[in-house]
Amino acid sequence: MNATALIKHTQAESNLLDRYQSSKDGLAGSIAVSELREAAVEQIRDRGLPHRRVEEYKYSDLRAFMKSAAPLAAAADEAVAKAILADQNSYGDLERYQVVTINGVFAPDLSDVDGLTGEGVVISDFNSALKGEAGAQLLRSPKSAANDGVIALNTAFVQGGVVISLAAGVEVSKPVELVQIATSEGAQVSRTKVTLGEGSKLRLLETFAGETGNGELNAVFDYDIADKASLATTRLIAGKVDAARLFTTIATIAGEAEFKSLGFMAGPKFARNQQFIEFTGEHSEAKIYGVTMAGGEDLADQTLIVDHAVPNCNSREFFKTVLDGRAKGVYQGRINVAQHAQKTDGEMMTQALLLSEEAEMANKPELEIFADDVICAHGATSGQIDEDLLFYLRARGIPEDEARTLLVLAFLSEAIEEYGEDDVTDGLEERVRDWLAGH
Amino acid sequence: MLEIKNLHARIAEDETEILRGVDLTVNAGEVHAIMGPNGSGKSTLSYVLAGKDDYEITEGEVLFNGENMLDMDPDERAAAGMFLAFQYPIEIPGVATMEFLKTAMNAQRKARGEDVLSIPDFMKRVKAAASHLNVSMDMLKRPLNVGFSGGEKKRAEILQMSLLEPKLCVLDETDSGLDIDALRVVSDGVNKLRSPERAMVVITHYQRLLDHIVPDVVHVLSKGKIVKTGDKDLALDLEKHGYAEYIDTAA
Ligand SMILES: Nc1ncnc2c1ncn2[C@@H]1O[C@H](COP(=O)(O)OP(=O)(O)OP(=O)(O)O)[C@@H](O)[C@H]1O
Ligand SMILES: [Mg+2]
Repeated sequence: MNATALIKHTQAESNLLDRYQSSKDGLAGSIAVSELREAAVEQIRDRGLPHRRVEEYKYSDLRAFMKSAAPLAAAADEAVAKAILADQNSYGDLERYQVVTINGVFAPDLSDVDGLTGEGVVISDFNSALKGEAGAQLLRSPKSAANDGVIALNTAFVQGGVVISLAAGVEVSKPVELVQIATSEGAQVSRTKVTLGEGSKLRLLETFAGETGNGELNAVFDYDIADKASLATTRLIAGKVDAARLFTTIATIAGEAEFKSLGFMAGPKFARNQQFIEFTGEHSEAKIYGVTMAGGEDLADQTLIVDHAVPNCNSREFFKTVLDGRAKGVYQGRINVAQHAQKTDGEMMTQALLLSEEAEMANKPELEIFADDVICAHGATSGQIDEDLLFYLRARGIPEDEARTLLVLAFLSEAIEEYGEDDVTDGLEERVRDWLAGH
Repeated sequence: MLEIKNLHARIAEDETEILRGVDLTVNAGEVHAIMGPNGSGKSTLSYVLAGKDDYEITEGEVLFNGENMLDMDPDERAAAGMFLAFQYPIEIPGVATMEFLKTAMNAQRKARGEDVLSIPDFMKRVKAAASHLNVSMDMLKRPLNVGFSGGEKKRAEILQMSLLEPKLCVLDETDSGLDIDALRVVSDGVNKLRSPERAMVVITHYQRLLDHIVPDVVHVLSKGKIVKTGDKDLALDLEKHGYAEYIDTAA
């Protein structure tokens, strides 16, 4: 607290430091948690928001983007939340459980707690857990990004969230949709902790609804996947939003386990979906998919580090990006293979489709391999709609706009189909169409 | 139905002239064959009719049922009844064949102010056409043309043609790549579409196809111009003697 700042603070940084002073007494946590929060604020004070001279944020300068920082969103308004919940319905008729947070805070009354309890899932309030003895463990950082600026922002201000725990062997029969609702303007800072016991199985849907005004949304998801467990998560980042949307995945995967995720992004002005995935047990598999659309002046960033810290694991990374207008797409993906992580199989591909001359894609797939007996590959492509394909469709009577839509859908569907989870991804086609029609 | 008058076209990119004054009139109910050496401009003519914008029209006109076809977009031409069976049908990964067929049929119907097809009606039509052309439903479950063999692609083109029921069918070397049985199946499919209201332009190198689809008129295209027009015997003559005689006249 006594250190003099090393940098000249921007308006947003000053706002954030003020925000911390004015809200810290209301933020939950044990003494150890408070210390973590203080350290995180210290980091913001010393280094500021992450900016383009920080390698990981080279293409996504959050410091330049955030002109100011709103206060944290006020207390939850359940009536408003109910209306938003009824209205948003991201998954139509899909049979699912819902778990709701309002302005970052768990709302048990709007959640299917009974149903989930019946299935053997324990749902609890993140804040209560944060106050407990093991509270600080809920705020772990990924090994591969110990001082990440977005995670620091989350740690400093996290308002609440949900803890979802599956005991060994629990297989949830329906997907669980975690709906994070904003009922008032202001920053929304949440954290979700998901613990999968041995052999358990969960399909998670992550959706976000409501307006945050000029407040940033910062959501961290921390998945702890035990041996033989399986987790599939679909993250839906949609809607035209002017404030920064920041998403972080931290995943540790034990032995013979499966992790699969799809990050779907369309609409926000500035969105970053960063994922830090670490294999901690052998013979496991991670499949990470990204489907990104950006138009206008949007920036959409998919950042990923997969740590093959142990031998005999497979990972697949497949990202598709469609850009229009003067939008900028970013893919930074790195597969790390530790020296003893023999027999690693990693296959990373990032492909961009540029619908305009001025759109720009920064594709940066990387392999960092220290083991000698591995199969790893990466590739990146960037191109326009193939005029011959377009002509073929038009020659069959399909008008140009519809033909383009079909080709964009075809491009994106490769990743969506490989992800699978057909019942969940059914509605994505409609979202792509909506985006194409209205971005 | 189709009137091509003194049509000149060049490649937009490098301005090379490919069509150098094509004149051709095809009436409803007629089948015309166009033959000619490699590179003489047959496919170019078919692309220009379909509206591909790689080519620039520098002179001449094309009337389709009296309307200036060159002013129409490719999809408008299709809705008006123009169909090109491509020499090299394109694979489109990620676009399901059935979805494509449905979209194309309904887009044309909408453009003509007709009702869209119900799913059962659509399925019925596809199944009927597929069975006539020996196209398996399995093939139709795949993305459009993806992994189809050369002959399967050609059959799929004729399947599309039967479903879209065009007024003017331009078939660009539909026979190439077909085995003997497939040639018969495809020809039967084409012959079934022959009607007094429909015209066909069949581009081919081989008399063999014309044994099955007997043309009313045969043209020789050379260096971007029609240099000889005759009846079906002209094709037989070409088969025996080659193009030398006609190309020389053109020079
Ligand atoms: N888009 C293009 N770009 C460059 N050259 C072209 C293009 N289209 C046609 N050509 C050239 O124009 C000439 C005529 O081509 P076209 O495909 O029309 O011939 P064709 O009569 O159909 O030949 P084939 O019997 O081999 O199919 C060829 O020399 C070809 O290389
Ligand atoms: Mg040709």
